[in-house]
Amino acid sequence: MSASAEERNARTPWALTAPALMLFVGVLLIPLAMTVMLSFHDWGQYKGIEPVFILKNWHEIVTDPYYAEMFGRTFRIAILTTLLTAVLGAPEAYILNRMGGRWKSVFLLVILGPLLISVVARTLGWALLFGGNNGLVNKLLMSAGLIRAPIPFMFTETGMVIALAHVMMPFMVLSVWAALQRLDPQIENAAMSLGAGPVTIIRRIIMPQIMPGVLSGAIIVFSLSASAFATPAIIGGRRLKVAATLAYDEFLNTLDWPLGAAVATLLLAALVLIVVGSNALIERRYAEVFR
Amino acid sequence: MAYLELEGVAKQFGAQTVVDDFSLAVGKGEFISFLGPSGCGKTTTLQMIAGFLDPTRGAIRLEGKDLTAIHPAKRGLGIVFQSYALFPHMTAAENVAFGLEMRNVPRGERTERVRAALAMVGLAGYEERHPRRMSGGQQQRVALARALVIKPSVLLLDEPLSNLDAKLREEMQIELRQIQRTIGTTTVLVTHDQNEAMSLSDRIVVMSQGRIEQIGTPQETYEKPASAFVSQFLGKTNDFAATIDRTSAPARLIAGSWSAPAPAGRSGPVTISIRPERIDFGDAGLSAKIVTRIFQGNHWLFQCDSECGPATVIRQNDGRSQPVEGEAIHLTWRPEDMGVRGVA
Repeated sequence: MSASAEERNARTPWALTAPALMLFVGVLLIPLAMTVMLSFHDWGQYKGIEPVFILKNWHEIVTDPYYAEMFGRTFRIAILTTLLTAVLGAPEAYILNRMGGRWKSVFLLVILGPLLISVVARTLGWALLFGGNNGLVNKLLMSAGLIRAPIPFMFTETGMVIALAHVMMPFMVLSVWAALQRLDPQIENAAMSLGAGPVTIIRRIIMPQIMPGVLSGAIIVFSLSASAFATPAIIGGRRLKVAATLAYDEFLNTLDWPLGAAVATLLLAALVLIVVGSNALIERRYAEVFR
Repeated sequence: MAYLELEGVAKQFGAQTVVDDFSLAVGKGEFISFLGPSGCGKTTTLQMIAGFLDPTRGAIRLEGKDLTAIHPAKRGLGIVFQSYALFPHMTAAENVAFGLEMRNVPRGERTERVRAALAMVGLAGYEERHPRRMSGGQQQRVALARALVIKPSVLLLDEPLSNLDAKLREEMQIELRQIQRTIGTTTVLVTHDQNEAMSLSDRIVVMSQGRIEQIGTPQETYEKPASAFVSQFLGKTNDFAATIDRTSAPARLIAGSWSAPAPAGRSGPVTISIRPERIDFGDAGLSAKIVTRIFQGNHWLFQCDSECGPATVIRQNDGRSQPVEGEAIHLTWRPEDMGVRGVA
C-alpha cells in the first residue's frame, strides 16, 4: 500500500503539469521540430515541396554570399541597437531611480507606455517622422544647424537601428532599473564619505554593480532585435532585408518553404548560441554581484 | 575645548520639524551615543554631521571650523552604516583601500595600511573575500576597518550592531569599545538600544521627538533621569503619584502608606520614580499584592499591584525564600534611591 502511495506521489507532479506540458509540446516543440525537418526538404518551382532529406537549402545558405550579407546585416543592426539602448537606457534608468515619487511614476509610464502600443503603429510613427527629405526629424536637425543636407533614414540601417532602439528601450530600462533597486540605498553616501566625487561614484561604484542588469538587458534587446520583423519590414522596406524578413519572403512570396525554414532555423540556432554563451560568461564574470 | 560642536541645530522637512534646538559639545576622543526610539531624530542629526543632510538652522563645527560649508566628500569623517553599505563588487581589501585610493595614498603604503586595518578588526587573511561571502559580523568589521583606515577626525556609527544576533552584538560591543579606546577616535554612535548606549559610551544624549531630553554619563542618565521619558526609556522604572505635605512639621512625602521626610523645594502633588532593583520587601511601607513572579536565573521579577498602581520589583536570587503570587506585602525603598519630579 505504501509502495503504491509512493508511486502515486511520484506521479503527482507530472499529472499536475501535464496540461501545461502538453501545450508547450503542442505549440512549441512540435512546430519547431517540423520547421527543422522542413529545412531538409526539397522544393521546386513546379513540383512544390518534396519530403526528402537533402542539404540543398543549407548548402545554399552557407555558400551564397547573399545570405551572409543578410545575416551580417541582421546582427550588425542588433548589435548597434543593443549598444544604443545600453548607452541611453542605463543613464535613463539611473535618473529615473533617483526621481521623487510622483515624477518617477509619470516617467515610468512614459518609458513603459510604448509597450502598450502595437510595434507596427510605433514603427509607422517613426516612418512618418523620418519620411523622406522633408521628414520632421530632418527638418528639425537642419533648422538646428546640426546637419546641412537631409540624412536618409527610410530604407537605411541607420533608420532601422533608431526605430528598433526606441521599440527596445523599455526592456533595457527595466532591466537596469531592477539592478538599481538591488543597490544599497546608502552606497553612494558611503563612497562619498570616503572622499569619492560624483563621477568616481558612478564609474567605480554604481557602474560595476548595474553591469549585470545592463548585460541581461542587452541579451533581451539583442535577441529581440535580431529576430524583429515589423520594424525592419517597415523601415527597411523590401530591399533592405534582415533574417526575419528574408524567411518571411521565402515562405510567403517565393513559397520556398524549405529554404525559409532553413533561414529561420539558422537564426534561431545562432541566437540560442549567442544568448546562452554570453549568459554563461556574464554569470561567471559577475558571480560576486549576483550572489 | 569642544572638538565637535553642534549649536542650535534644527532640521525641517516641509512643515515637519525632525530635529530641533540640538546643542552638544563633544570632547576629543570621547565616545558619545544618541539614544532614542525610532523617529526621534538621532539618525537625522548624524546625517547632518556627515553632510548627507543640511541643517535648516544652527551650526556644526569641527575644531572651530564650520563643517556645513565643507562638502561631505571632503569632511574626512568615517561612517559605518546600518546596512554596512559595503561595495559588493570589491574584495574586503579593495573596500578598505577605497578611501585611501581617493586620498591618493601611494600603493605600497595603501597595502600596508589596509592589512593593518583588517588585522585590527580581526580579519587578517580575509583580504580577498567578497562581502557577500562573509557573515554579518565579518561584514560589520570590514565596514569598521573601511571607516577607520582613513584616520577619520570623527567616527560616526549608525546603528552598526542592530543587524547582528544578540551574542555577536555583545562581542562586537566589547571589541568596538576596545578599538575606540586604543586609537582614541572621537566617536558618535546612533542607537535605539539602551544597553548598547550604556555599555559603550562616555556620555549619552537621550532624544525624543527631535529634542534632547538629557545629556549625561550612563550612570547619571540611569540614576538621575531628567524626565519621565528618560527614566522610562533607560531600563524599567516605577512611577508613583505622591504628595508633599508641608502643613505638618517636619514636612513629609507621602505615597500611599509609605512616607519619608520631604526633600527641600517642591510641595503638593509630585511623581516619584524608583528603579525596580531598589525596591525591597519590608514589614511596613506601600501595601501591595504580588500578581506574578517570574524566575530569571540570577534574579526574580515581581509584578505587584500596589496602592499607587502597578509596580515592578527585581530581587537578587540570593537563596532566600521569596514571596509567592497572591501574597500581601509591603514595598519599601531608601528615600535617596528615589527621583522626585513635579507633576507634568
